[in-house]
Amino acid sequence: MSLHNFASRWKDIKKGITICLILLPTLLVCLPIILLVTGSVMSSGELRQHLSPVFSDALDYISWKIVPDYPTFENYGRLLFMTPQFFVLFWNSIKMVGCILAGQLLVGVPAAWAFAVYKVKGSRALFALYIVLMLLPFQVTMLSSYLVLNRLGMLDTQQSVILPAVFSTFPVFLTYGGFRCIPIQLLEAARIDGAGELRIFCKIGLPLGKSGLLSAMVLGFLEYWNMMEQPMAFLEDKSLWPLSLYLPEITWAQAGYAFTTSIITLIPAVFVFVWGQDYLEQGIIFSGLKE
Amino acid sequence: MKMRKTGAKVHKDTWAFFLFLMPSLLGVLVFVLVPFLDVFVRSFKTVVTKQFVGFQNYKTIFANQAFQLAVRNTIRFTLVCIPLLVVIGLMIALPVSKLKSAGTIKSLYLFPLAMPTATIVIVWKMVFYKQGFLNLALTLIGEWTGLWGEVHIDYLGSSASFWVLVFSYIWKNAGYTIVLWLAGILGIPNELLEAARVDGASEWQCFFKIVLPNLKGSLYTIVILSFLNSFKIYREAYLVAGAYPEQDMYLLQHLFNNWFVNLDFDKMAAAAVCVGGFLFVVIMLLQRAWDKKE
Repeated sequence: MSLHNFASRWKDIKKGITICLILLPTLLVCLPIILLVTGSVMSSGELRQHLSPVFSDALDYISWKIVPDYPTFENYGRLLFMTPQFFVLFWNSIKMVGCILAGQLLVGVPAAWAFAVYKVKGSRALFALYIVLMLLPFQVTMLSSYLVLNRLGMLDTQQSVILPAVFSTFPVFLTYGGFRCIPIQLLEAARIDGAGELRIFCKIGLPLGKSGLLSAMVLGFLEYWNMMEQPMAFLEDKSLWPLSLYLPEITWAQAGYAFTTSIITLIPAVFVFVWGQDYLEQGIIFSGLKE
Repeated sequence: MKMRKTGAKVHKDTWAFFLFLMPSLLGVLVFVLVPFLDVFVRSFKTVVTKQFVGFQNYKTIFANQAFQLAVRNTIRFTLVCIPLLVVIGLMIALPVSKLKSAGTIKSLYLFPLAMPTATIVIVWKMVFYKQGFLNLALTLIGEWTGLWGEVHIDYLGSSASFWVLVFSYIWKNAGYTIVLWLAGILGIPNELLEAARVDGASEWQCFFKIVLPNLKGSLYTIVILSFLNSFKIYREAYLVAGAYPEQDMYLLQHLFNNWFVNLDFDKMAAAAVCVGGFLFVVIMLLQRAWDKKE
């Protein structure tokens, strides 16, 4: 085999790797979505037929059709027009995520500003503490949250999920990354011109730190839309649950429902993902920034 | 330009710092720090009578078989997943960084991050079920090559369940690892690489001598964030297999949750202090190691 031959083959291999790199994620990402979408428009009879091995415990495999024989929107119809509980849960999810994000904006953004701009004795140590808190998993703080929520009489209300999340230190860290990119000289110049600290924060900090702020919101939305541990621990009343907890309650027998609910749960997340993709990426990079 | 801070300026800065920080700090104190102190105190007491028992609760949990199993599984999961995720991420990020269509590929890989767990679990159930798609595919391959017959492995009810968790963790988290690696790779000055190539360095030499050493910073953050996210695998584990899953899948998160449901607050307090303290030490060590390298 000549050297030239080898070189051209190497090029082919490289091309192959590239194609695999594109195809593999496409497959792994798209197949689940295709499965969900087709499942949601299948009639219940057809679905039962495909999934029959699950019910009968027989040895044959479950099957699937990319294009259903009788596509129908009956599941959507039933879910949207005949299941009022669904709206309650959907509204719960929206309300909780909205309150958490609004709270984080009000509380976390000024805190990030404080850490990014004012170098005060002890601020580094405090910030290190914030980082440790952001990395502690929910299970470690579950009992302490429970104790304080119990004392405040908030258990089994949606505040019990909202308030601890509002004081999460993760958005502080992300927004901090955005604020750090603002040149100090700009702030000094504003100070010399006589601007007060609050004015500097509103007129310079917020507009220039917008990307860090928005990335915290995008990452926050995806995280809290998917929230499960907290409501599971602190909310007993099922009418207060978010959508993410309702889905697993649906059994195989109502598979059509499960697919439809999945799709509808997915839509806001996809919307935020597509709209905020740049910020999401930015946020991931900010979250990786060293202090 | 460095200005010497005057006393008045320091004073003003301190005021501004605390005013901006106050709401957040108060919340953190009330919702996290003070109650955690309470938990710390409780870990030395009994639940009902509130009697001081010294290290009794700690002795109990370390002798507890469920705790041992959960710790073992959690450590195993972390030790398998994080290196795997880091390496896979790098292996994908390297070729992608040279492509023009990197943006599209990145978004494809990132998408699983946006997919709510509850949505994806139904898909995993269909794939990994005893009569599910994975076994169907394996059977078809087996029949086609004639090497094996029908496959009926119950992935969720056997020790294979551990690997199902590993798979879904990597599926979900590969995207942001790739984004972080890509940011690191694209941050390496191009002149550096070109100079090395002019000097006759091979691709491999460039990779080991220039690219890898420059990525140390990314590695630290990727490890920390992957660790943080590894605890969230509980959602998948719980949704796929419930509160008492197959032995290999029983993680610390399950244990905490079950103790919580059974109101075993003394054990929980002791375990929370142990796990919290352990994580604190690990994070500090990592940060120290990282600071030294700078």
